[in-house]
This record gives sequence, C-alpha cells and structure tokens, in this order.
Amino acid sequence: MTLLNIFADSHVSINHYIGVSAMLFTIGVFGVLFRRNAITIFMCIELMLNSVNLLLVAFSTYHHDNSGQVFVFFIMAVAAAEVAVGLAILVTIFRNLHTIDIDELKNLKN
Amino acid sequence: MDINSIIFWSLSTIAFICAIYTVIAKNPIFSAISLLVCFACIAGHYLLLNAQFLFIVHIIVYAGAIMVLFLTTLMLMNLNEESEKNKPAIAQIAALVVAVGLGLVLTLMVRKANLIVTLGPIPAGVGSIESLGKVLLDEYFYPFEFISVLLLSAMVGVVLLIKKDKPAELK
Repeated sequence: MTLLNIFADSHVSINHYIGVSAMLFTIGVFGVLFRRNAITIFMCIELMLNSVNLLLVAFSTYHHDNSGQVFVFFIMAVAAAEVAVGLAILVTIFRNLHTIDIDELKNLKN
Repeated sequence: MDINSIIFWSLSTIAFICAIYTVIAKNPIFSAISLLVCFACIAGHYLLLNAQFLFIVHIIVYAGAIMVLFLTTLMLMNLNEESEKNKPAIAQIAALVVAVGLGLVLTLMVRKANLIVTLGPIPAGVGSIESLGKVLLDEYFYPFEFISVLLLSAMVGVVLLIKKDKPAELK
C-alpha cells in the first residue's frame, strides 16, 4: 500500500523538513514586509501557509499519525475560503480606488 | 547519497528558487507562475512523505482553484505593467533584518531540539485515502461539517462583496 517504502531507510531526517519549512516561511515573511502590491502579499501568505502544511505532513508521517494530515486538510479548506474573500475585497478596493498599493491605503491614518 | 535525498534536495532547491522569485519578480503574473511551480514542488514533497491523499488535494486546491483565482484577478485588474514603486529603503532594510532574524531564530531553535531523526518503514495506511477518510469522519466529523458551512458562507460573502451597488432609483 505504501508508495515509497523502498526508500524507507533514507537519510532525510525531520530536521531537514523543519529547515526547509523554516526557509519557506521566512521567504514568505520577507515578501509580506518587502512588497507593496497587495496580490503579491497574498501570494506570500499562501507560501507561509504551505510551509506550515509541509511541516505538519512531515511530522505526521514521521510519527505514523494521521491526525496531522487531517489538520492540513482543514487548513487547505480555510485557505481556499480566505483567498476567495480576500481577492473579492481586493477587487472591490481596486474598483473604488484604482490601486492596490498598500502604501496608498492609509485613509484610517489621518 | 540515496535516491530519496537527491529527490528531496532537488525539490527543495527548486522550491526555494521559485519562492524567492515570487517575492522579487516585478510582474505579478511571473510571481503567480513561479508560486505555482513552488506549490508543485511541495506536492512532490507530499508524495515523498507518502501522503497520497494530500498530494491530490493539494494539486486540486492550489493549482486548480487558488492559482486560477489569482490569475483571473490579476487579469481583471490589468496589473501586468511593471508600475509598482519600491518601498522606502529603510523599510526594505527593516524587512531584510526581520526575515534574517526570524530565519536564524527558527533554525537555531531546531538545533537545540531533541527530535526523532530517522524515518522507519511507514506502516501501511499512514496517509492513504482510506485511513485518512476514517480518521476524518470518525474523530473529526463535526469540524468537517463546519468546514462546509464555512465554505458556503465564504461563497455567499464573496458574491455579496463583489456585487455592484444598485443605482439609487432602483432601491
């Protein structure tokens, strides 16, 4: 049943997956802080969600426990809903202001 | 170096490069495409971890739904000219410092942790559709049903948000 049991005694440890996830998460954080385009910021948030998902799946497999993968399934559903609502808000902002530059969206400041 | 490590490191390298290009690309379309490649690499990681169900769901949800939504929105907004101004230099330096600091903290934290190191033989059923469905509908039945309510309300909310206001005389 298991697809890749021939690779079972591999040298890839859980620490490697933690490192990869931490790197991807850091790149996502950097993108959120670095960019001004709201859609690119959304993509970076998706990247962060995916790095956490990858780590949950890695821990779930290394502990032989299916609950972690169920959590990833829930996170994916919430991410899909979040992206739909967020993009709808962005389209509404763009329709009213003709920009999605987040540094222009500071009407609440003064 | 066994075949598993080679696949792992090549997938990770492609994912890193595509993630960095997602952040630095001027054109949002290129960002979206390289994010798609990054998601494909993460799907490869899922397959490597023997999570077959999540591999399929990841491909369907991310490549099939979310990226299509992103690209459609980009085309609606006609943002594909390279018109985005950069942040001020102080904000860019601050972003770099924060990102490097976070990366250092996360990696140093992992070095101190005492974790399981090797992956033994995976028992049949971990990550398969059959066992995951059993867990989902036995232990997590109510969250599963509430997710459907969440998706429905998100759908209604999106339609309400995106709808144009009627002219005043029609109200």
